[in-house]
Amino acid sequence: MAVKVYGPATAVCPQRVMVCLLEKGVEFDLVHVDLDSGEQKLPEFLLKQPFGQVPVVEDGDFRLYESRAIIRYYAAKYEDRGTKSTGLHTRRESSESGSKVTPTWSKLSRRKLEKVLDVYEKRLSRSKYLAGESFTLADLSHMPATRYLISEAGLGHLVKDRKKLNAWWEDISSRPSWKKMIDLAGF
Amino acid sequence: MALKLYGAAMSTCTCRVLTCFHEKSLDFELVPVDLYAGEQKQPPFLAKNPFGQIPVLEDDDITLFESRAITSYVAEKFKGTGYDLIRHENLKEAAMVKVWTEVESHRYNPAIVPIVFQFLVAPLQGNSPDQTIIDANLEKLAKVLDIYEARLSSTKYLAGDFYSLADLHHLPYTYYLMKTPAASVVNERPHVKAWWEDISSRPAFKKLTEGMNYVRK
Repeated sequence: MAVKVYGPATAVCPQRVMVCLLEKGVEFDLVHVDLDSGEQKLPEFLLKQPFGQVPVVEDGDFRLYESRAIIRYYAAKYEDRGTKSTGLHTRRESSESGSKVTPTWSKLSRRKLEKVLDVYEKRLSRSKYLAGESFTLADLSHMPATRYLISEAGLGHLVKDRKKLNAWWEDISSRPSWKKMIDLAGF
Repeated sequence: MALKLYGAAMSTCTCRVLTCFHEKSLDFELVPVDLYAGEQKQPPFLAKNPFGQIPVLEDDDITLFESRAITSYVAEKFKGTGYDLIRHENLKEAAMVKVWTEVESHRYNPAIVPIVFQFLVAPLQGNSPDQTIIDANLEKLAKVLDIYEARLSSTKYLAGDFYSLADLHHLPYTYYLMKTPAASVVNERPHVKAWWEDISSRPAFKKLTEGMNYVRK
């Protein structure tokens, strides 16, 4: 039985999960949730996710939410399969980067964002990826929001103006799993 | 001594890590950072954490920041020592710990931080607590705690019937909240209240509470 991922393919947090499952070669069915009509706040959905948000994953009778918890679960469950994306140190990068960047991007607070991106630029001049020389959950976690920043938010120059950050983005967004996700999302 | 933590005894995020150290009975050194002098924003410290915040952990050759990343690292590295905060032998239980760790970080924390800030830190900066900010965030926190109340009526702790890192992460900010009039948001919810009384009475946390007060020295 395939894993069920609830959420629209166009939303950032479900995409985070989808890319991870694609990296790990885990089959999944995407169950669309209509955010525009508030489907996620209806009682039936709240039974799955009490905070009324996507994504939710159902794996047999095991249910999970919070996209970063979901990807860590699957990365650990299928440690030996697909891309090796976890490790002691990568865990800390996932946590530290995610909370700094995501709220800033959704508020589109330019100055704060640019300061954060400057820190990333410095970091990426020391290593190829955020947690070191390998692609990990830390990089994966950033992908959906970065795409949004460049496309819908029209702030791609913030990435392009930073040499290392740009190279990092070009690299990770050329991964087959990402391209497949873009396809699924219809972008 | 391998574990060196840069931080301050009254800092919530430092205490999050210190509680973890005590649960695992680990040896460590606490290096005080003078927040009142803005030490964390100076170049020597920025070399450790470019975001200019405490705590920072140095463990042999690695430097970590973000308290929840540090606790996660410590709980994993020392999973065989002291209390098992992450249920490392059970993948599904471990996943539930991660779920509720995310919930604390993305839902509980953003609502509680402004409340604690207004009551405890604003006065130190010469301002009165802003009731508009407090009210708006109390409303958010109340909604989150309604969900916690439902959850804690079916499990003893957040991730299951076992104390975990997910519960621990709530300790420092909630400790300060309980000293303010906003404490009612916890006290009005019987399961949340019972959970709070349980987790805040753990010896590992009680070791820190003497140093947890926001008084300008």
